[in-house]
Amino acid sequence: MDIRFIQGNDAIAWGALAAGCRFFGGYPITPSTEVAELMARELPRHGGKFIQMEDEIASLAAVIGASVGGLKSMTATSGPGFSLMQEHIGYAAMTEVPCVIVNVQRLGPSTGQPTAASQGDVMQARWGTHGDHPIIALCPYTVKQCFDLTVAAFNMSEKYRTPVILLTDEVIGHMREKFEMPDFATVERVERPHIPVPHEWYRPYGDTPSDVPPMANFGDGYRYHITGLFHDDKGYPTQRLDEVDPWIDRVHRKIERNLEDILLWDEDEVEDANTVVVTYGASVRSARHAVKLARAHRAKVGLIAIKTIWPFPVEAVERATAHARRVVVPEMNLGQLALEVERVVGRRKVTRVNIANGEMVTPQMILDAIEGK
Amino acid sequence: MAHEEPINYYEYLRPNKKYPNVWCSGCGIGVVMGSLIRAIDRIGLDKNDVAVVSGIGCTGRMPVYMDFNTMHTTHGRALAFATGLKISRPKLHVIVVMGDGDAMAIGGNHFLHACRRNIDMTAIVVNNWIYGMTGGQYSPTTPLNARATTAPYGNVEQAMPICEVAAAAGASYVARTTVYHATEMDKFLEAAIRKHGFSVVETVSYCHTTFGRLNKRGGVVDMMRWLKDNSVGQIAAQKLDEEEKAAKIVRGVVCDVEKPEYLDLYQQVIDRAMEAK
Ligand SMILES: Cc1ncc(C[n+]2csc(CCOP(=O)(O)OP(=O)(O)O)c2C)c(N)n1
Ligand code: SF4
Repeated sequence: MDIRFIQGNDAIAWGALAAGCRFFGGYPITPSTEVAELMARELPRHGGKFIQMEDEIASLAAVIGASVGGLKSMTATSGPGFSLMQEHIGYAAMTEVPCVIVNVQRLGPSTGQPTAASQGDVMQARWGTHGDHPIIALCPYTVKQCFDLTVAAFNMSEKYRTPVILLTDEVIGHMREKFEMPDFATVERVERPHIPVPHEWYRPYGDTPSDVPPMANFGDGYRYHITGLFHDDKGYPTQRLDEVDPWIDRVHRKIERNLEDILLWDEDEVEDANTVVVTYGASVRSARHAVKLARAHRAKVGLIAIKTIWPFPVEAVERATAHARRVVVPEMNLGQLALEVERVVGRRKVTRVNIANGEMVTPQMILDAIEGK
Repeated sequence: MAHEEPINYYEYLRPNKKYPNVWCSGCGIGVVMGSLIRAIDRIGLDKNDVAVVSGIGCTGRMPVYMDFNTMHTTHGRALAFATGLKISRPKLHVIVVMGDGDAMAIGGNHFLHACRRNIDMTAIVVNNWIYGMTGGQYSPTTPLNARATTAPYGNVEQAMPICEVAAAAGASYVARTTVYHATEMDKFLEAAIRKHGFSVVETVSYCHTTFGRLNKRGGVVDMMRWLKDNSVGQIAAQKLDEEEKAAKIVRGVVCDVEKPEYLDLYQQVIDRAMEAK
């Protein structure tokens, strides 16, 4: 057994390698740099390549280019770099090129506090790039989940031809926990499907029963066009409404019809709960503790730890809070995912617990909210 | 040379792409596309092994018409996309086409670093001294005092010498020609694609509909004639004094050097990493 004591950022890098990531393009930024450093060391040993680009715009561009060439690809960054990446997140969504973007959140806005924790990029992860587009964002709260959700991020990005954001935070990124490194051969991987038709018949953006047309890699004999303009099924630019509308419908549908596979969350004792804490990332750590303390006082409190924050798991939250009188949403920001929870359960039920100064939400703050103090 | 088979352009164009193309009739970008096709044909590259990557602008629309692996990326970032693509698929011949604004303004940083890294790719900059697609705003290569829609009283910024910047930043092969000198362009593009390292070809063009109109430079024929009359080869340039030379477009190979290529060097990284395993 390979037991290690590693930080979340390292687990992300190992998860990427296990998932088959063979290209990393990035630019150093605290608190995500350990991901790049481990990839720089390990990728060439695993048959992959690492490059430090000139900025984060270039990093995600290189990642998308490498993915088009056939390598599973990833970048990792934090606030300022994540802001720079937004245009290319939209490009990846528009061109349906699989890629994984890690954002280890730090306190913002602007340079903020590089070493301080935050969950301030929740809405940016959803809507940071312009225009309507689908996105998947995963949020780990343990070191093991950093590994597992990175694998899931790669698998979802390939399965649904979409950029996937691994939205973690400084606390989880730098926190060390005992971790059992799995044998990579046992890790489930999704590979790009074989294209069943010859070049002349290939439609890179054609209709398929799954709504996810198979992606050909450049150099494999399927010479096609990729563009960030709205395009037809061959990839050529179009302004025709009867081509633009179906594209918008399909790329949203390919995510929505697979929510069962995409949405991940954990539940603690919600069955009889009249108070439910809904949270994610580092705030789960404090919330778990608060729920335990409250239960010790015989309060009926449950917890939902959301791991897929985008798309937001509407039904899971609905179900778990159906009988709750109070829903507590702790976050290291001034209330971002709370907006989604309020949308689902109604504003009157929700108590927000917020902190946006680089400190964690404490168990006591959550306990106070649970007890209505 | 005279006995060469005439090239069948249709072999390199996409039959199922809707024509006409987006360019104004007579635009110089088409000359560059024709030349690129001839260079690829002359080298005899398999179409499956060629990738043409572009940014945004009139020039950025070039790849869609050609039957290669083609990628129209974002404004200024084509070289960064191409870098990832080349590293991921080293057997691809990656050719990047950009406008002057695309390559030198928004993409200036990527341009410098692509030259410095010396990855085996070719960058073609179609320099028409202006932002064509957005309707004639000044670019980093707009000459001093020229008019643009955002320089209605004349441009007060100094123009950037594309080739000299590329050579200083570390490109292996750098050459400049104009769309009037199509045969020379074929030769330079062929050499650039064959070069093992990062190569840059500046193809000086014109935008008659914006720059030409705003600066009263006439139409296509006038602008072509201007390129002919106002450019000189390197040997002729030696006979000019500095002031005369500055007023001309000097055509020719600006640098052609052998230096270690990025992917070759990265192989050393892989070897060392394996040893340290
Ligand atoms: C990030 C971003 N900023 C601005 C634009 C708008 N834009 C499109 S093309 C262009 C300039 C084109 O000029 P150039 O690169 O010289 O190419 P040309 O059209 O002359 O070939 C600009 C500013 C854009 N598409 N993206
Ligand atoms: S606007 Fe200028 S650069 Fe663009 S196609 Fe027309 S002539 Fe060419």
